[in-house]
Amino acid sequence: MNKVTQMLLVLTSIGIISGGLLALVSGWADPLIAANQKAATEAAIFRVQPEAKNYQTVENSGFELYKVMNDKNENSGYVLVYEGNGFSGKIRLIAGLSEDLNKISSIEILDQVETPGLGTKIVEEPFRSQFIKLETNPKIEWKKGAEPTKPNEIQTITGATISSKAVVSILNEGISRLKKLRDNGGLK
Amino acid sequence: MKKQVTLSKEYLKGLWESNPVLKQLLGLCPILAVTVSAINGLAMGLAATFVLLMASLLISSIRKIIPSQVRIASFIVIIATFVTIVDLVMKAKFPDLSKALGPFIPLIVVNCIILGRQEAFASKNNPGRAIIDALGMGSGFTLALIILGGIREIIGSRTFFGFQVLPDQFEPWLIMILPAGAFLTLGLLLGAVNVYIDRKKRIEHESIIAHYKRVGREELIEELEVK
Repeated sequence: MNKVTQMLLVLTSIGIISGGLLALVSGWADPLIAANQKAATEAAIFRVQPEAKNYQTVENSGFELYKVMNDKNENSGYVLVYEGNGFSGKIRLIAGLSEDLNKISSIEILDQVETPGLGTKIVEEPFRSQFIKLETNPKIEWKKGAEPTKPNEIQTITGATISSKAVVSILNEGISRLKKLRDNGGLK
Repeated sequence: MKKQVTLSKEYLKGLWESNPVLKQLLGLCPILAVTVSAINGLAMGLAATFVLLMASLLISSIRKIIPSQVRIASFIVIIATFVTIVDLVMKAKFPDLSKALGPFIPLIVVNCIILGRQEAFASKNNPGRAIIDALGMGSGFTLALIILGGIREIIGSRTFFGFQVLPDQFEPWLIMILPAGAFLTLGLLLGAVNVYIDRKKRIEHESIIAHYKRVGREELIEELEVK
């Protein structure tokens, strides 16, 4: 056999077989991966809105937004997934809000690539629990190196001020967009 | 003539004699990046071993029909296929682990250990030997990852495989889980290995010299020939 034909033949067949194999595996894995992602989001929604019994997606909001219902199937609040820049990459977080959007029920950081041991503390207590029952009006504020005094204030983490401030500004931005959406009647 | 070595030696050379990390210094990029904890090291090692094993097996069985001009391209396509399979399976079945290892699973494609073994071994040996070699190299890689990840996890976050091993009084060294810690640990580890090897070699030399002084030249040559 001619050397060139053999080269073409071998490489092409390897490519075709690989492609076919990958198509099979991907056909099997894709629904599982989608289910995993959905389950992860669902679990996070119920963690930040502990009293919620059910939820539904709010369409056409321009970002990820869910409406949660209590056991009487009444609207009891919202869950917002929002992202923004942190110290060394994107921070993606999920926040539960009361029905009037004035209070946070709880937040959770979904993805972050902050500095290990410093910025990563935004995922942990006690930073995270500062947001429970935090007021969002007029906006969330932060304080460095001192206990918060106002009901809409949190204390930044020592050594990770930028990461802490990033979480606050991501929340503020997401909540202000949500409020704008409500004022325009987009939540009906 | 190619020298035939025993199968057990073929396996053991990957663990120690030509350990891909400690001796050949191959695949250092994932090593430095994922070894913040022992479990990450283990997972990365197993994933790479699987890819190495499958690629070696396949490539050594079709080694005679791959024209040498396109061998590297063929190796890469085959390796990339197995890596993508591992990536998809991990995402589907172990989402947490897949998240922790992040982009380093897809990067196994360009891990030089795997391509290196295909070029240096699998494409020249039969499938049986290629499997043994792949298992050896894979175990050596995994072992090095666990050692490195273990040291960094113990000092950097007081735990080993997630279990606390150092008391709370011990203040974790943050630098160990930062990238700099990887370089420091790897450097010290390589240094320690080299010291150990040097000492072993010196002792060996000294014992040969002592033996020579005892038995004389002729007999020593005879002994070596018998070996």
